[in-house]
Order: sequence, then structure tokens, then C-alpha cells
Amino acid sequence: MKDENRATHESTEHRGIDKERRALIGAAAGVGAAMVAPGVVLHAVQAQADPRSEPVTSDVRWGLVIDTAKCADGCSACVDACNEENGLDLQTKPGRESEEKWDRQKAVWIRKVKLQDNQTGRITNLPMMCQHCEDPPCVDVCPTGASFKRADGIVMVDRHLCIGCRYCMMACPYKARSFIHEDLEGQLTSVPRGKGCVESCNLCAHRRDYGEDSTACADACAAEGHNAIVFGDLKDPNSIISQLLKELSTRQIREDLELNTGVRYAGV
Amino acid sequence: MMKRIVYREWRIPPARYWSILGILAAVIGIGTLSFGYMEHQGHWVTGMNNAVVWGTPHVFAVFLIIAASGALNIASIGTVFRKPIYKPLGRLSGLLAVALLMGGLLILVTDLGRPERLIVAMTHYNFSSIFAWNIFLYTGFMIIVIAYLWTMADRMGGPFNRPVGILALLWRLALTTGTGSIFGFLVARDAYDAAILGPMFVVLSFAYGLAVFMLVLMFTFADEGRVIGPKILRRLKNLLGVFVAGSLYFMLIYHLTNLYGAKYDGFETWLLTHGGIYTFAFWVGCVLVGGLLPLWIIYHPEKSKERNWIAAAAALVILGGLSTMYVVIIGSQAYPMPLFPGQTILESGFGDGVGGQAASYWPSIPEFLLGMGGVGVAMLITAVGVRVLQFLPESLADEVVPVDEETMGEAAFVKPA
Amino acid sequence: MAKATVRTILLVGLVWALLAQTVLAEEVRRYVVEGSKAAELDACVEPTERMRRMHFEFIKHQRIATVHQGIRGTKYSLAGCVDCHISYDEQRQPQPIDRPDQFCGACHAYAAVDLNCFDCHASVPNRSEDSPEAQAAHQALGLGPLGSLAQTHAGGGER
Repeated sequence: MKDENRATHESTEHRGIDKERRALIGAAAGVGAAMVAPGVVLHAVQAQADPRSEPVTSDVRWGLVIDTAKCADGCSACVDACNEENGLDLQTKPGRESEEKWDRQKAVWIRKVKLQDNQTGRITNLPMMCQHCEDPPCVDVCPTGASFKRADGIVMVDRHLCIGCRYCMMACPYKARSFIHEDLEGQLTSVPRGKGCVESCNLCAHRRDYGEDSTACADACAAEGHNAIVFGDLKDPNSIISQLLKELSTRQIREDLELNTGVRYAGV
Repeated sequence: MMKRIVYREWRIPPARYWSILGILAAVIGIGTLSFGYMEHQGHWVTGMNNAVVWGTPHVFAVFLIIAASGALNIASIGTVFRKPIYKPLGRLSGLLAVALLMGGLLILVTDLGRPERLIVAMTHYNFSSIFAWNIFLYTGFMIIVIAYLWTMADRMGGPFNRPVGILALLWRLALTTGTGSIFGFLVARDAYDAAILGPMFVVLSFAYGLAVFMLVLMFTFADEGRVIGPKILRRLKNLLGVFVAGSLYFMLIYHLTNLYGAKYDGFETWLLTHGGIYTFAFWVGCVLVGGLLPLWIIYHPEKSKERNWIAAAAALVILGGLSTMYVVIIGSQAYPMPLFPGQTILESGFGDGVGGQAASYWPSIPEFLLGMGGVGVAMLITAVGVRVLQFLPESLADEVVPVDEETMGEAAFVKPA
Repeated sequence: MAKATVRTILLVGLVWALLAQTVLAEEVRRYVVEGSKAAELDACVEPTERMRRMHFEFIKHQRIATVHQGIRGTKYSLAGCVDCHISYDEQRQPQPIDRPDQFCGACHAYAAVDLNCFDCHASVPNRSEDSPEAQAAHQALGLGPLGSLAQTHAGGGER
């Protein structure tokens, strides 16, 4: 209340001064425009997809198919790419903490898991991340509605509403979520993150909104020549991911929960 | 025939009263400092991590919250089930319910990652979340119990006493079931995903609430030299015995169900045989300290008549309750999630239980102090309440307390045929 | 008697409070930091008065659209604020916008309003200057596409 009053005072008192300033700024703007001009040309050369201006719709459902046969042992390209894309590599261990404890407290959006079949001894490598369920338990349990599913199938956290209760982490069957345990600095413009909130893989939501084709992890995997991670629209029958799903025998992790995940695995 | 029950403020000497308040204020102060430290630094200063996301503060908070609903039982027995002997205890029962709930909620709130956003929790509700429902259950409980206290204390409230009492009873059952269901509806973890957790929490709450109530009653009475007659003490300790036995029974069923279903075999064998601290907390904490020892005292022919032993039994139930919460809340999270049945995880970048190993958690000092701060708040509210208002009956001596069907029975036996 | 005294005290207090407000208002200065792009413009994406009073509403409305509906590139984005209001020191290093001598920080410190956007959001632009947010805000002013005045700066690493 008080602030609004103050703003009113401010505005009436300063109209005169502002006028003077504007004249001055007008002159400055001319100079500025001259400086800007070269940049305009530069920009015109860089083709950029239009950012989204219409709300996301349920006409698409983003998802991943992971072919574990192609996932290489010891390769962490997807993890590194995700960390860089989302600024997770900027998190630093608080001074006095032990490395071991930090490993349990730092945020991880995607991780490599190596499995061995108890019966046959067969080894499988795969990346694990948020499985983007159609019926996400994390969304069900969130008291404030901060954990939500976007119309295009991406399960994410609205950090403005997250109070840091961590109930979603209790509920997630995939251990996909991380809590930010420490103060952060130097966050990326495209991925705001901060202490006291829960976060997880959001299928590079900012890339979706700027019309890019893929996710950081899928790109990195392709760049390594593995192509184990394929990103795409599960609802588009002609998309590569839909074709793959038709060809490969895939399954969901913890199929028993019938969550209809958006991430499918072949060869598990 | 029945004497009127007179309620009086707690009139211990001021020096003693203020030193009790001083100690409680210090405990709360330390809790507040721990809260400030945890919030300023972030949760990395706690033992909590991405695998064990709820830790010691939640052990204290959940214990206090269910003890709160349990503490109200005494009032319900008096009003709803019409046992006159419990009537004089109704006011203290209501006060304790409010105080314990306040303490528990404060811990929950101060452990949030963004406690300053509590207003968001009050303005944005997701009604598919049991947690959101619980926010209503807790605030509603507080209001109903305060109204209930009014009906007990004010002449005008008399006619509403029973209806409000019935509402309070139903509400507290919903509240405890809701609290249990916070865990019971989690399909993700083997230890949860069991509807029995709801009713089990109700029975646990009976025991914890009564144990806290008995300790507070005995302490306040002893400190001022008020009398608790053997009759009412016997009733209370017998009731505690039934509740403790009931808790053990429900725990037995819960674990047997898990053992029976092959799906949760792994969790049970881990918890019951090689879960380290959790196995210890289960067998020694829940079963021995919280169950068998109190039962032994309560039903011991000699010891069950001694006040100090009865108080010890109540204290053991509380200790056992805290260990039970430790096992139910932390142990269940520490056990790795069953992501890949039939496979062993050899390596993982996120501690997925490599080789079936449990997640590591060790409580830090600030966490523990935060929990103690909540206990301090509950005790402070109680201490101030009984001091300034008439919550405590002047005497609970045998000749003062209302007759009840038990003594009527005795009289019937004594009467010559 | 006592009542009259209380009334007088209340009245004096009220008058003093009003006076104090006016005096404070005299001290209000323009917070747009010299050397930022915003300093060269007539007004923000809305008239200055409106921005002063409503900016948080605009940002809040935008944040819901962005997070829940994926709408980017509208003129009220926080990234747009930062892009335009950021100032640079002699070494061409961007100065965090929430610092008490910078655009957001200074006014919020003056108004004693807690500013926690930058607990999570980047307080310096760390993406190329022709970000869609900056473009959208710029176009809303009718200034055409935005150039790259300070593409050389490094803050948090460009990605």
C-alpha cells in the first residue's frame, strides 16, 4: 500500500523533470540508433526461429525413446550436455561440505545408470531422467500446484509457486527430482534456478518455446554418434520417434504403476 | 453425590514458573536460530539430501501432529462416549491438542525450502494433494478444538458441548488418517503404498497423545501439590496399555502384509534384519522401548501402581514413538526404490542404491534443535495456558472425581445379595 | 482531557506522516542508470508512470504465461528488463541489476520492497543480445529490431 502511494507522489512531482530529460534522451537516441545500425544487419543474417506466442497445446506430446543397446558404457555426453544447457555445472560445493555428502545433495537432472541382470548377468547402460508421466504422481501430491504438466506433456516445476516441501520427491517413483540445497550464483537467463525449490528435467522447455528441434541430451548423444536418445512428438505418427516406437520393443520403467511415461526404453 | 469439579489456574511459585518459561524460551530460541541458519545457508547444512528428502524435523513434526490429535481423545471419551470420570480432564486435553499441533506445524513450516512463501500455500491449492487437504484439516482442527474448549469452559457453551465434541472426534480421526495417508498413498516407495498406514497412524496417535497427556498431567499436578487419585491414574494407564498393544498389533499387521506380498519382501528383510540403524530403531526403539517395556510396566502387578513407573511407561511410549517415526519416515526413504526389478544397479550418477545399498542420512544438529524448538513451543503454550486460564481441575482425588461405571461395578459386587 | 490529548497526538502524527511523504517524494530520483540502453529511450514498454506502478503486475502475468503456456517473446519479460536496464563498468562488465546502485536494486532499496526475482533469475544478461525477449520489448517501442551494442560482454558465459 505504502509503496503505491509513494509512486503516485513520485509521478506527480516529477513530470516536469522528466520532460527535460526526455528532450535530452531524444538527442541521445539518435546517436544510439547510429551505433545500433550495424547490429541490425548482423541480426538479419542470423536466422532464428520465432519464439512461441500461442499457448502450448495438447496436439503434441513430447517424449524420448532410449535405445539402451546404443547407450555406451562410460559415456556421459548426455549428462554433460544437460548440465551445461541448464546451468547445473555452475553449482558449486558449499565450502565446508564433504565431497561425499555433496554428491547426495547436488542437483542432477539426468544420470547414467549401469545395470546387471541378476539371472543372466547381462549389462545394460541407460540414462535416467524425469519420465514425463501422463499421470504424474508429483503433480498429484504438490500442495500448491507448483508441480504441473504442461499441455504438451512436459512435467515441470513452477518455481514461483514451489514452497520447497519436497513432497513431490517423496512421490516420484523415478527419483527424478532434485532439491536445491544451496545458494546459487550466475544462473543462466534461460534456466532460472534458486535455493529452496525442487527441479527436474523439463525436456529443455526453453528450446521447445524457441522452436528448436531437440534436447541437449539427444543432440549430444547424436554428436557422439550413438543416437541412443531420440526426442520427438509422440502424437505425430510420422515423427522419427513414433517410427522408432513401432519398430523397437520398448517399455516404461515401473510399468506396474501405469503412469504412461513419455520416456520409453528399448532393451531393458 | 457428585462433587462439582473446580478448575484453577496453575499456581506454582512465580520464580519456578518463570524459570520453566525461561528454559522453554531458550529451547525455542535455539530452535529459531537453527531455523535461521538452515534457511540462510540452505538445506545443505542438514543431513537431508535428494534421496532422504524428509529428515529429523519431519520426525518431530509428524510425531507432534499425531500426538495432538491423540491428546484430544481424553476429551472425546468424556464428552462423546459419556465417561464422566474423564470429564475433568477435558480442558487440558483440548489445550494440549492445540499446543502440540502448533508445535508440529511450526516445524513443518520452518523446514520448507522457501518458508517465506507460506502465503502461496495458503492461496494456491491443489485439491488432488493430500498435503493440501491436510492444511485444511489442521487449521480446521485448531478452530474446532478452540470452540470445543469454549463449550467446556463457558456456561453458555454447555448445550453445544456434545455436538462440538462429536465433530472434533470425527475431525481428529480424519486428520490422523490424512497424516498417515501422506505416506500411505505414495506408490513410489515400497515401504509406503499401504492403505493401512492411515488407520495405523490413528492408533499410534492414541498412544502418543495419551502418553504426552499423562506426563503433562502428572508433572503439573505434582509441581503444585495437587492430587491425582489412584483411581483415575489406573484408568489412564490401563487405557495407555490398550493403545500401546493396539499400536503393536497394527505394526505387526503392516509388516506381515509386506512380508506376505513378495513385492515388498526386499524392504521387509532389509528393515528387519540388516538395515543398520533402522533395524536397531525398529527392534529396540519401536518394539522394545515403545511397546514391550511400557506394557510390562503397565501390567506389572506392583510397578503398575507406582506413579513414577507409570510416568516412565509414558515417557518410554514417547521415545518409542519418535523411533517409530524415524523408521517410518526416514527408513522408508533410505531403502532404495525398486526401479529395475530383477536387476542390480552397478553404477549410478545419482545414488540409486548401487548394489542394493540404502541411502545415507545422518541427522545434523540444527535439524534436531529445530525439532526440539517445536516441542518447546508446544510446552510453552501449555505452560502459559494452564497458568493464565482455568484448565486444570483443582483435584483428581478419588473422592472428587465423578463416579464411573467401573466403581459402580465394584459397588455392585460389594453389595450383599 | 486524555481523549483530547490522544486526538491531538494522532492528528499531529498524521500531518507529519503526510509531510514526510511529500518530502521523501522530493528526493525521488530517476533510477534508470546512465549508460544502460534504457537511458537512451523515452520510455519503457509502457509509459514510465505505468511501469513504476504496474511493472510487477506485468511481470507476474508474463511469468504465468511463460512457465505454464510456454509463451516467450512478449514485451513484459524479466529477461527483457535485464537486457535493457543493465549497465556496464569501465571493463565492459555487466553490473548485476539487483545491486543497490543498479536499476532494480536501487529503487527497491529505496521503496523497501524485497526483491527476490534474482534469487533464481540471472541478474546479468548472459545470452546473446538479440534474445527474443529483448527483441519483443524493443519492437513494442516501435524501434525496430535490436542491435548488438555490447555483444562482447561476458557474464555467466553465453550459451
